[in-house]
Amino acid sequence: MSTGIGNARREADTELATGPLPSITSPVRPLPDGSPWGILGTTAVVVGGGTLLLGHGVGLAVTLTAVVYAAAMYGVARVVEGPRKAMDRLVTILVTAAFLVALAPLVSVVATVVANGVARFDVEFFTYSMRGVVGAGGGAYHAVLGTLIITAIAAVLSIPVGLLTAVYLVEYGRGKLGRAITFFVDVMTGVPSIVAGLFAFALFALFFGPGVRMGFMGSVALCVLMIPVVVRSTEELLKIVPNELREAAYALGVPKWRTITKVVIPTSVAGIASGVTLAIARVVGETAPLLIAVGITTGVNLNPFDGRMATLPVFSYYSYVAPGVPREPFLDRAWTAALVLIILVMALNLLARLVARAFAPKTN
Amino acid sequence: MTSTTDAATGRPTARPVLQVGDRVFVNLTRGAGVLLLVVLAGVAVFLIAEAVPALIAPSDELPGGLTLIAYIAPLVFGTILSAAIALVVATPLGVGVALFISHYAPLRIAQPLAYLVDLLAAVPSIVYGLWGAAVLGPASVGLATWLNEWFGWLPFFAGPVSATGRTMLVAGLVLAVMILPIITAVSREVFRQTPKLHEEAALALGATRWEMIRMAVLPFGRSGVISGAMLGLGRALGETMAVAIVLSVSGGVTLNLISSGNPSTIAANIALQFPESSGLAVNTLIASGLVLFVITLLVNAAARAIVNRRREFSGAN
Repeated sequence: MSTGIGNARREADTELATGPLPSITSPVRPLPDGSPWGILGTTAVVVGGGTLLLGHGVGLAVTLTAVVYAAAMYGVARVVEGPRKAMDRLVTILVTAAFLVALAPLVSVVATVVANGVARFDVEFFTYSMRGVVGAGGGAYHAVLGTLIITAIAAVLSIPVGLLTAVYLVEYGRGKLGRAITFFVDVMTGVPSIVAGLFAFALFALFFGPGVRMGFMGSVALCVLMIPVVVRSTEELLKIVPNELREAAYALGVPKWRTITKVVIPTSVAGIASGVTLAIARVVGETAPLLIAVGITTGVNLNPFDGRMATLPVFSYYSYVAPGVPREPFLDRAWTAALVLIILVMALNLLARLVARAFAPKTN
Repeated sequence: MTSTTDAATGRPTARPVLQVGDRVFVNLTRGAGVLLLVVLAGVAVFLIAEAVPALIAPSDELPGGLTLIAYIAPLVFGTILSAAIALVVATPLGVGVALFISHYAPLRIAQPLAYLVDLLAAVPSIVYGLWGAAVLGPASVGLATWLNEWFGWLPFFAGPVSATGRTMLVAGLVLAVMILPIITAVSREVFRQTPKLHEEAALALGATRWEMIRMAVLPFGRSGVISGAMLGLGRALGETMAVAIVLSVSGGVTLNLISSGNPSTIAANIALQFPESSGLAVNTLIASGLVLFVITLLVNAAARAIVNRRREFSGAN
């Protein structure tokens, strides 16, 4: 044993003595810990500051700083640590930059909408409709109500269908029908929202003639978009309910449907509620189908089966692309409607997370 | 209506018994599933039914006096062009973001960061449209001028540069932002499923983090990235409002990305024209919607096929 090692070592020694020195014997000195930050700071001051001083925009300054920093970091690391380490550092910078670039639009969108929308974020906006309003003033009371009514009807129609379909897929659908439904749910997830709007229009136009517009049409269009989302999220959650629970219920002689309604669904109810909330959040901001199916009106219309209704996204769209004279009040209202939409969607997202956390089954 | 247990002996029967409730419940859930298939079939059938008048009408009665194909072709071109820009921009970015969340960010903050990126998907498309027209468009003029100056010899940047920034380039970039979350989410999930042993083996052999990712994570996640990109493509093809607001449309077929004359997209064209249309024009728009439906259907089916094939091999579930 020991001789073997000795032999090997002797051979290695002779090889080392004859061949060129492998790089492994020269200890790689890593860059000191703080040096990336040092280089970044220097680049930011020199390149970024210089660009700004020359009168260019912030965007250009940040971009140039990032490019020069990546190049400098790669160069320094290549000289000090070798090409492999340098590549590693370069990729780290690129990946981090990708993340920051991805966050930039989110920050910019929220900042823009808040900055432009806050001007009309007042009581009048939520208490007045646009009936008889020419210039400034007025509000989106009618649009808020329209959005709530249409979304509520869509939710009431979609949630039972979505839940039951998911139950069928997970608990019963092993055969051809199950596979077909799974496949077409996937297909439905990809239906463009405008096509859903056209579908609702085509369906109602057959019965009511080509000029038909009503809130219920919008709800039907939203259903097409919402059902697959509900099915997918519910399906995922029902799948992760442990089989032991079902088997325990069966062992006690509980019939299958009672097992599902009393054991399986209660176990996953938190996740299902959260998924349903996210599905609502997805359709509440849909514009295109409502533009096709519901249109827009200036007054309050609370009857979803009679004529056009206003909805927040469509209200925002028309205020922006077809403003009256003067333009400013219309643009302000468009931004405020966008702000209300964002708040609504973010609140629903937050609610979904809170629901999921609050009712999550305790794990040991 | 058999009883659950044999009351006399207390012996449980071999399999769960079928009560009336059971039968009702099975049929209820199956009915919901079938209803869903009916709805999707309805989408196809009603769209076709309403598109037929445009298909059989003589071309001089259609809007613009063009044949249906001549009317839809530029729209298909615009749709594919805008989606292609979005895909080219969003895919590398999405992979980068996914890697950052799955392999670079500290474990404790990775989940909140992932949530932040997901929030991008929650923003309604109308808001992206307003943002694209009001912020990104004007901000892009400088970039477009620079591109035109240095790369004007490419057909994409031939100019003249649009002064408002309501160009195909900006529309594509807005779409890129909108499809980034889905590409990120799908890639992130597959990257996370990379077998830990592969990663640790690579690291143990002295690989740097990037080498480990290149050798273990990326090959494992490749099909996930592809399917994520295709799902994103499907979304970009069908996206309506952002394009309708951002793009300034003239109808011509051009590769020029930074001028003010752009081909429209199918979805945006429907949104812009539909409210003012009647008669055959409506049927024509529905026919174009049908084309869009078929295109997205094919793209999504391909994406799903890739996802499912991968799922069978991965053993992750």
